[in-house]
Amino acid sequence: MIVDVISFVLLALGAFFVFMGGLGALRLPDLYTRMHAASLTDSLGTILTLGGIMLQSGWSLATVKLLTILFFLMMTGPTASYALANAALLSRDDDAPALPPATGGRE
Amino acid sequence: MITAFGFVLLTLLVVTAVAIVVTPNLFVAVMLMSIFSLLMAATFFLLDAADVALTEAAIGAGMSTILFLGALALMGEREAKQAGRQRWLPLAVIALTAFTVIYATFDKPRLGDPAAPVHQHVAPWYLEQTPVLMEVSNVVTAVLAGFRAYDTLGEVLVILTAGIGVMLILANGRPDLSRQGRASASVGLRHHLIPRVVGQLLIPFIVLFGLYLQFHGEFGPGGGFQAGAIIAVGIVLHALLEGEAAGRAILPTPVLVGLMTGGALLFCAVGFAGMLLGGNFLDYAVLAANPVAGQQLGIHLVEAGVGITVTGTLVAAFHAFADREPAA
Repeated sequence: MIVDVISFVLLALGAFFVFMGGLGALRLPDLYTRMHAASLTDSLGTILTLGGIMLQSGWSLATVKLLTILFFLMMTGPTASYALANAALLSRDDDAPALPPATGGRE
Repeated sequence: MITAFGFVLLTLLVVTAVAIVVTPNLFVAVMLMSIFSLLMAATFFLLDAADVALTEAAIGAGMSTILFLGALALMGEREAKQAGRQRWLPLAVIALTAFTVIYATFDKPRLGDPAAPVHQHVAPWYLEQTPVLMEVSNVVTAVLAGFRAYDTLGEVLVILTAGIGVMLILANGRPDLSRQGRASASVGLRHHLIPRVVGQLLIPFIVLFGLYLQFHGEFGPGGGFQAGAIIAVGIVLHALLEGEAAGRAILPTPVLVGLMTGGALLFCAVGFAGMLLGGNFLDYAVLAANPVAGQQLGIHLVEAGVGITVTGTLVAAFHAFADREPAA
């Protein structure tokens, strides 16, 4: 029962952070701030969501698999963010924008 | 609950498909196609088609995205303007096709309807006979590599033919990586420490997972196609990180050609072995003293052939793109 409550809170928090990340990616003015919003919240959201599911699955093979997924997401997510920021930085001086122009922002 | 998931996924699929058509930027289109494949894989998984979902994720979202990006690196990311083209003919063809497909869905049986023709034909026999004849717990593998091995042989030959076609059209024959202008491609991400270290860390796991799918295909989702695609992605990741030259060094072209043809040959050899031992072409029961063991041996060998050919073909296709000079 208590485990269910904790798991629910974790899942809700995870969903909240992912949602905030998505909102930030849509609303913030330029690429770097958007990535900042999306990447950090995504990492935390992943931890919280997978943690919530792990509490649901208990001590089982599923938990081990979820831990593995968490490990790989923790490795690849920040790396992908880094690679994206790096690519944006390197191609900044080009005439053509390296990434599609921002949509959704008001600026 | 599943219905709600399916509804969301299918809505997103339609949105993504429209976005792919509308966007003039090809890079965005490639990324959206990758997302489309991932959504498609999730949809397949909801329909309990884990084998197909794996294939879609590995090929659609993984390998073909890399190949598309390789093509974009050669030709730029802006869509060419097609001024003066007549639009009514393509539009009419699409409208007619869409109308036919939508009309056909009115006669479609409900999803999962046990009375549907597809569940009345040979499927019950496969489900019934797989545990008896083969003792293989994944019926998909039993059908793919056992009962319908002839079809699968055709698929493998199609993949081999496609690989030969790509190599003939795109590959320069003898890649000369010392040329000017190839520097960026041949260096890869060697100067970008973080992606390189993390990528190198992941490669063993990717290849291990591919091998797991290869040898576990009898018991769970997986098999030669998925395993071949995932192992190929691991090898291609190495080439992306360390540069084209280093990628070629671990699997030179002759080895790749050997893999492409060797897998198909292995498949055919299993078939002929059945004939030589007194059975029909691709009859595995005669391969061992015990018919069930023979079936399992045959399935293992055939799946290995599929995996080898798929790996070789995908890696060769990647190199065919990566070796070319960008158009001026």
